[in-house]
Amino acid sequence: MSPPITARFLLDYGDFTLNVDLQLPGTGITVLFGHSGSGKTTLLRCIAGLQHASQGFLEINGVIWQDSHRKLFMPPHKRALGYVFQEANLFSHLTVEGNLQFGLKRIEKKTDAIAFQEILELLGINHLLKRMPSRLSGGEQQRVAIARALLLKPEILLLDEPLAALDLKRKREILPFLTNLHQHLAIPVIYVTHSQQEMAQLADTLVILKDGQTVVSGPLSETLSRLDTPLIQDYEANTVWPATIIEHESGYYLTRVDFHGGTLSLPLITAAINTPIRVQIYARDVSITLDSPTNTSILNVLSANIIGLSDNHRGQMVVQLQIGKQILLAHITLKSSLILNLKIGLAVYAQIKGTSILN
Amino acid sequence: MLSNTDLQTLFLTFKVASFATFLMLLLGTPLAWWLARTRSAWKGVINAVVSLPLVLPPTVLGFYLLILMGPTGTIGQITHWLGLGTLPFTFAGLVVASVLYSLPFVVQPLQTAFASIGEQPLEAAATLRASPLDTFFSVIVPMAKPGFLTATILGFTHTVGEFGVVLMIGGNIPDKTRVVSVQIYNHVEALEYTEAHWLAGYLLAFSFIVLLLLYTTLKTQPVTHQLK
Repeated sequence: MSPPITARFLLDYGDFTLNVDLQLPGTGITVLFGHSGSGKTTLLRCIAGLQHASQGFLEINGVIWQDSHRKLFMPPHKRALGYVFQEANLFSHLTVEGNLQFGLKRIEKKTDAIAFQEILELLGINHLLKRMPSRLSGGEQQRVAIARALLLKPEILLLDEPLAALDLKRKREILPFLTNLHQHLAIPVIYVTHSQQEMAQLADTLVILKDGQTVVSGPLSETLSRLDTPLIQDYEANTVWPATIIEHESGYYLTRVDFHGGTLSLPLITAAINTPIRVQIYARDVSITLDSPTNTSILNVLSANIIGLSDNHRGQMVVQLQIGKQILLAHITLKSSLILNLKIGLAVYAQIKGTSILN
Repeated sequence: MLSNTDLQTLFLTFKVASFATFLMLLLGTPLAWWLARTRSAWKGVINAVVSLPLVLPPTVLGFYLLILMGPTGTIGQITHWLGLGTLPFTFAGLVVASVLYSLPFVVQPLQTAFASIGEQPLEAAATLRASPLDTFFSVIVPMAKPGFLTATILGFTHTVGEFGVVLMIGGNIPDKTRVVSVQIYNHVEALEYTEAHWLAGYLLAFSFIVLLLLYTTLKTQPVTHQLK
């Protein structure tokens, strides 16, 4: 059986070349991650057909959207996709309702009234229908744009840095809606971002791009814990663990969570016991000791086994640690690694100074 | 007051201007669209040709048209071959000349309006299942409405006000090619200053009111200032 999504593109601009060959799952959110100029938006535009890669093959759920060998290129308006732009890109001459209806009028399989209401509620835009786009905040505009795309019942939803143009407050306002989508949508979503936080919070599958090429791709946790990603050298290495809330210690403003391999104390989370969450731990917030630390102010100390060491990069390196079923990365100096004589197989203790909780 | 002849010239003037404006919108819209979007090397050349009437003395344009549309001219031979006769000194000839003369006043506001819309709404429409033609009528035209309004008014009023081209190509044939501007000239030549006053006054009032409406109804600055 062929994979749900196959995307191969070769696009040459002279000073920039996009050259990717990807196979992506048919469900969940795939995040295309990379710095600006890495080609992630170009790749998304090629998938949408907004950009025409001279050489390319694209198959979505058994339908071929592009095959340059057979001179086949389905124009964007014939592709069963939903697209959300960085700027909401609403039609300024139409009301919110007019914007939502624009695509609806043009599809064959009609969205029924219930589905219409559901999508409005999911994005919280019921009260905005009669307004003109210019009378909406940036966050509201973007929610309308997402609803407008979803109403088409697309086979695939493409989002191009939908939060990048918004300030932090608006970002916080929309992220829950996106996380919600994650739970309600059965279709694959491809999400472009350069934000670590959005990536860690939303991704099921991670594709890291650099200079127009795919560096690594795979399930989020697995991909993040690799030692060969560009994140390692950028001092941005981190891991994301799925965890479950088991106890609130409200007197200490702490919450205890369970992960595959132990428990962690986190800053108090206002969510019920048993709520699944994601915990992001930056490698630079993790230190290593050989002996079990006593009398330390650090709450989260976990016993671990070294399973990998990265090459040193200007005196810095990353250590890969196995803790239960999870992998943790620790960013340390070359000097420390030599003093402690770290090597694969060694049992150590990982001290976690900081965590961030996602969703 | 206006005599019957004067009324006839007024009526003829508006007829010419209406026909010409209709044709200019028909030709000017795709032309302006192309000019607003193309990266072709021909863009500069076509832009210059379309804009020529802005700087050319109307008599020069009229003279060339007279030659081209006359019995020995290229266009004249084509119209003759088509069984249409020759165009100079006919109503049709007047309309054709007006179209060429006033076209920049239609093309430039449209071109500016189309260019300011940019790529984004087109891409949004494409991802919402609208074909390019569908997008043109459902997105571009409504978004460029101020541009169309400006183009229509400027094209119409400019045609009403033409004189030199008419004189060269249309002459002064009563009820066929004699338009208001020529009639005013006739009155002045015959020292009929009262009659000239009435007609000139009508034209002045008409132009002022139209421009007043244009500038007060359009919230955004009309593109007239970009013409000169």
